[in-house]
Amino acid sequence: MDYVTEIQSSLATGRGRRKRLSRAELREARWGYAFIGLWLVGFSAFYLLPMAASLVFSFFNLDLLEPSRSSFVGLQNWRRLLFEDPRVWQGLRVTFIFAAISLPIGMFFALFLAVLLNSADLIGRNLFRTLFYAPTMVPVVAGILIWSGVLNPATGWVNQLIQWATGFEVANPQGIRWLDDARIIYLSYTMIGIWGVGNAILYNLAALQGVPSELYEAAKIDGASWFRRLRSITLPMISPVIFYNLVLSVVGLMQYFQVPYVLNGGSGYPEGTTFFYLIHFYRQSFQFLNMGYGSAIAWLLFVIALSITATLFATAKYWVYYAGERR
Amino acid sequence: MGRPHPTMPLYGEAAVAERAERDARAVRRARRDAVTRSLIVKVMMTSVALVVLLLYLMPLGYSIVTSLMSKEQVNDVQAPVLPSSRVQFEYQGRNYDVMRVPIDGEMRDLALVRRGRAASTFVDPADPMAAEIEWEGAWRTLKPVYESDIRWENYPRAFRFINFAQLLRNTLMYAIITTIAATSSAAIVAYGFARFRFPFKGVLFMLLISTIILPPQATLVPQYAVFFRLGWVGTWLPLIIPTFFSNAYNVFLLRQYFLTIPTELEEAARVDGAGPIRTFVSVILPQAVPALIAVSLFHFFFAWNDFFGPLIYLAGSQDLLPISVGLFRFNGLYSSEPQLIQAASIMTMLIPLTIFFFAQRFFMQGVVITGVDK
Repeated sequence: MDYVTEIQSSLATGRGRRKRLSRAELREARWGYAFIGLWLVGFSAFYLLPMAASLVFSFFNLDLLEPSRSSFVGLQNWRRLLFEDPRVWQGLRVTFIFAAISLPIGMFFALFLAVLLNSADLIGRNLFRTLFYAPTMVPVVAGILIWSGVLNPATGWVNQLIQWATGFEVANPQGIRWLDDARIIYLSYTMIGIWGVGNAILYNLAALQGVPSELYEAAKIDGASWFRRLRSITLPMISPVIFYNLVLSVVGLMQYFQVPYVLNGGSGYPEGTTFFYLIHFYRQSFQFLNMGYGSAIAWLLFVIALSITATLFATAKYWVYYAGERR
Repeated sequence: MGRPHPTMPLYGEAAVAERAERDARAVRRARRDAVTRSLIVKVMMTSVALVVLLLYLMPLGYSIVTSLMSKEQVNDVQAPVLPSSRVQFEYQGRNYDVMRVPIDGEMRDLALVRRGRAASTFVDPADPMAAEIEWEGAWRTLKPVYESDIRWENYPRAFRFINFAQLLRNTLMYAIITTIAATSSAAIVAYGFARFRFPFKGVLFMLLISTIILPPQATLVPQYAVFFRLGWVGTWLPLIIPTFFSNAYNVFLLRQYFLTIPTELEEAARVDGAGPIRTFVSVILPQAVPALIAVSLFHFFFAWNDFFGPLIYLAGSQDLLPISVGLFRFNGLYSSEPQLIQAASIMTMLIPLTIFFFAQRFFMQGVVITGVDK
C-alpha cells in the first residue's frame, strides 16, 4: 500500500548486490537514466541545490537588491530563531494547537463519510459520492470567502440555522463570532478546512472496498457486533490508508497559510491566534525581505516536518497493518 | 407438496398441511419483515446522508443566494433568506417603506410616511387618496414587507470589477501550459522508473517520493533569489519552468499505472525493431490515456488553485495575476459589497466544477491510484 511500502521496498531493492553489468544491462541502464534524466535535473535544480543554498543563506544577512551588501553573520539568525524571536514560538504553538484540533476532526469526518458512502444501504450512492466530493473542487480562495460569509455572526446561515434550531438568539453581531472570537477560532478554521477532505474520503472509500468480505462473514458467524467488526476488521484493514492520510494532513498542516492569510492578511487576528508558523516565514522572507532569516525559519520547518514524519513512520509498525507483509 | 399418501391417517395429513402452511406463512412474514427492515435501514441511512450533505453544502447555497441579493439586503438583518427587497411606495414624490401594521385585529400593508416615537402616520398603497392613517405604537417593532428581487446584474458587475476576463485568460494560460508540461514530463520519468533496471533505482525512487513530504518553503528562498537575479520575478516563468521537470505525485501515479500494463506489447514492438522512445510513444502512452487524463486534471486543478507561488512571484504585476490571487485582492477592495464577492467566488468555481462533473470517473480513479496501491 501507498508510499510507505514503496519506500520500504525501494530501500530493499536499492540495497541489492553490486555486480558487473552486462552489455544489455548497461544499455538498459542508460535508457533508464535517459528517461528519468528530466527528474534528476529538476531534483538537483529545485530541491537539492536550493536545500543546500537555503542552509548557507541562513548564516548570512542577505540583501537581494544589493548582493554586495550581504554579509556573513554566523549563527546570528539561528540564535534569533531559537532564543530571541517570540514570534517563532507563537507560530509553532498556534500551528500545533490548530493541528491537534483540526486533524482528528478532519480524519474522523473523512472516515465517517467513507463508511457512509460505502454502505450498500445508501440509496443513490454514486450521486452522494459526487456531491460530497464537489466542494473539494471549489477553488480554495473562493471556499474561504464563502465560509467567511456563511460564518458572519449576523447574516451568515450558520448562526441563523443555530438560532432557528435551538431558539438561542445568536444570529446578531454579538452572537457567535466565529472568526473574531479567539476561543473558537480553531473550530471555525477546522470547518473551513472540512471542504478539503474529498481526497481523504476517496482514499478511505477505496480502502474500504478492498477489505475482503469473507472477513465480515466470518465475524458475523462468530456473532461480532457492527462496532466490533469496525474496530477489529475495518480499522486494521484500512490502517495503511489512515496512516497515509495522517502523513499528508500533517505535512499540509505544517504549511498552513492560505486560510489565515486570506481572512486577515496574516495579522494573527484575533489575539494572535491565527499567527501560524508559515505566516511568520512569509512576512520575514517576502514582506520584510529578511531572506537569510527566512531561510533559517524554513530550515527549522523542514527539520520539524522531518522529525514528525520520521516519528510517524517509526510508530507505524505498531498500528499500521500491512496485509502483504512478507518482506 | 405432493399428494398425501393414501395410508396416512387423516388427522396426520391435516396436521402436516397445517404445519406446512404455518411454515410458509412464517417464511413469508420473515421475508416481508426483512424487506421492511432493510427498507427502513435504507431510508434511515439515506436520510442521515442527506442531512449531512445539506449541512456540508450549505455554504454553497448561502453563496449562491447572497450573490443574487442587493447590497441593502445583505446588511438588513430583518430580510428574508431569499433575494428580496423592501416593498416601497411612492407617495407625493417620495419613496416610503411598506410595513405590516396590526390595525383593528388585522394585518395591513401600509406605507410608513411619518415616523414618530409613540405614533406614526401611514398611507394605504391601495388607496393613497384616502385619509392618512394614524397608528399608535413604536414603528420599530413593525416588520417591513418584502418582495422577491433577484439581482442577476451582480454577476456582470463582479465580472467587470474583478476584471475576470483577464484573470481567466492568465489562469487558463498558466493552467494549460503547465498541465501539458507536468503531464508529459511525469510520463517520461514514470516510464523510466516503471520499465528499466538501473543502478541506484531504489534510492532515487525513494528520493523522488520523499520530496512529497518536503515542505516547499524549505527551498523557496534560494529559488526566489535565483529567479530574482535572472529577472524572472514579476513574470510567469518561475511558476512554469519547474513543471517541465516532473513532480513526485504525478510520477508515482503514472508509474503505478504503467506497471499494470502487460509487457507483451512492448516486447512485440521491440522485436519489430522499435527503440524505447518509439515504444513509449506508440505503445505505452495510448494505453495509459485514463491515467494521463487523471494526472492532467490533477495538475489543472492545482494550477487553478495555486496561491502561494503567484502571490510571491507576481506580487507587483497586477496584469498577470491568476484567479486565486485576483479573488483575494478583490475581497480586500470590495469588502463592503459581500454580494459581489460571493458572485465572484461562484464564477471562479464554474470551470473547475464543470470539468469535474464531466470527467469525474477518470479523476476519482486517479485519486484512488495515487492513494491506494493496486
